[in-house]
Amino acid sequence: MTTADSTTGGGLTARLAHFYRRSEGARGLVLLSPTMLIMLAALAAPMALLALYSFWTQDGYVVDKTPTLAQYATSFGRATYRELFYRSVEISSLVTLITVLLAYPMAYFVAFRAEKSKFLWLILLTIPFWTSYLLRVFSWKLILGYNGVINSGLMSLGIIHQPLEFLLYNPAAVVVTLAHAWAAFAILPIYVSLEKIDRSLLDAAADLGDGPIRRFFRITLPLSMPGVIGAAVLIFVPTTGDYVTPSLVGGSGGVMIANVIEVQFDKVGNWPLGAALAMASMAAVGIVTLLFVSAMRAASARIR
Amino acid sequence: MRNNAGRGGIGLFAYAIFYLAFLYVPVLFLPLFSFNDSVFISFPLTGFTTQWYGQMLADGAMLHALGNSLQVGAIASLVSTMLAIPTAKALTRYRVPGGATILGIVNLSLFIPEIVLGISLLILLNTAGVPRSLATIMLGHIVVCVPFAITVLMSRFDGFDKNLEEASLDLGENGWMTFWRVTFPLVLPGIISSLLLSFMVSFDDFMIAFFLSGDEATLPIYIWGQMRFPYKLPAVLALGALILIVSTVLVVFAESLRSRGLKDRHKMVGA
Repeated sequence: MTTADSTTGGGLTARLAHFYRRSEGARGLVLLSPTMLIMLAALAAPMALLALYSFWTQDGYVVDKTPTLAQYATSFGRATYRELFYRSVEISSLVTLITVLLAYPMAYFVAFRAEKSKFLWLILLTIPFWTSYLLRVFSWKLILGYNGVINSGLMSLGIIHQPLEFLLYNPAAVVVTLAHAWAAFAILPIYVSLEKIDRSLLDAAADLGDGPIRRFFRITLPLSMPGVIGAAVLIFVPTTGDYVTPSLVGGSGGVMIANVIEVQFDKVGNWPLGAALAMASMAAVGIVTLLFVSAMRAASARIR
Repeated sequence: MRNNAGRGGIGLFAYAIFYLAFLYVPVLFLPLFSFNDSVFISFPLTGFTTQWYGQMLADGAMLHALGNSLQVGAIASLVSTMLAIPTAKALTRYRVPGGATILGIVNLSLFIPEIVLGISLLILLNTAGVPRSLATIMLGHIVVCVPFAITVLMSRFDGFDKNLEEASLDLGENGWMTFWRVTFPLVLPGIISSLLLSFMVSFDDFMIAFFLSGDEATLPIYIWGQMRFPYKLPAVLALGALILIVSTVLVVFAESLRSRGLKDRHKMVGA
């Protein structure tokens, strides 16, 4: 009995070893599974707990674990929160639009005109992205402030006599700051998709009599849409949940959903409500992103 | 026609220069005012001074926070690069079934807002009864750094000749020795640049550390605390200027390492 067992075991091991040596896929899976499992655990476990918390209730210092939808009712029902959801989505949609529009010509220049200096341009464009996010946002507070760079500069030039108060602490300041801070995220995906375009398509269109503008709208733009969509998603998702920018330059009019989530985990100490607000904002971001991506896909399919 | 394209080309070049100015000018106000002889950050400039740098260097709490950040960054970048090496190799070398999905799962943290990552990790620590410390910040940073490390390493693994590994195997080296003597030296530049870029992601992070830090602050957390006090701002600017210079040097170094020898074939940075 024992001998039989060990032979089957040995046969199985040998067969597994043989399969492992033969199959690329199996070897690949073995190589990457530890990291994948760790990442899955480090992301899935916290996310599951966040979801659980959103169905609980804070009762003084303890958490009441009776499942309830009360936190979601508050999240969607209270006018202040609803308004913050709308505002966050509005602000980051605007940021996404502006950033992508500004970045497209830049990426186009690097892909089609920079030629030998491509690498230099890409380095120059990525450096600001790697330098401190906190300081990039903070520099806008210095620029737009009441006694800040713009106001004091214009006053010492004699152009204005009183500081302009409308520069800082409003949604527009948040939009400008975010559009600056996330620029690299728009340039790189658009650049990559432009770079992939087969140049002979453009030559063929030129031979067949298409002018530069028609060539751009019929070939370059539709073929670069995946990059544009990617850039938009990469900017829209994180900026909706940004905390630093609205805190530093938003003022009371520029408060976003991340600020009220943070307060629940800090001063207010209502973790279940904070969790529900976080889940709701992720759902909102997810829905808007899905709608946007499918609309863009449909639109670019129609151009083609 | 050609004339037209030429004018368009100049217009585009001018736009590119303006765009660079838009990226750089706001940030360059930090070093400019860090040398200005006034507590107020406003024009006109009043005079040159290095006193803010002196004040910064004399700040014990800041130096302590810097030490913490270096420690967290070193460990987070080391662990995430070690986790990323086998994944990057598997995804570029073998035709793994469902490779795209796997890459998606590993990169998932890029698509979750940082504040949500922060609070969900905080809830996890709280549930497990783990007190917040520098170690918990490291954990959070590893989750965020791994996607960056994998992207950097995959572009390096993609870029070199697979035949070199096969030749080594054909000549009788085993898998481990082939990795050690052929693959490793070839991807070493990628490994170094992955270490540097992960380190910078960790060093720069505010949001995760904001929720996961205990009594010990990292540098961004310390800076955040100082921003409330106007008289401390010039020293913060001096610190910011130093961070800008050091990180610029590191990025240029990391990117040129990563693309050395790959430049001609790939012609892209694609971080």
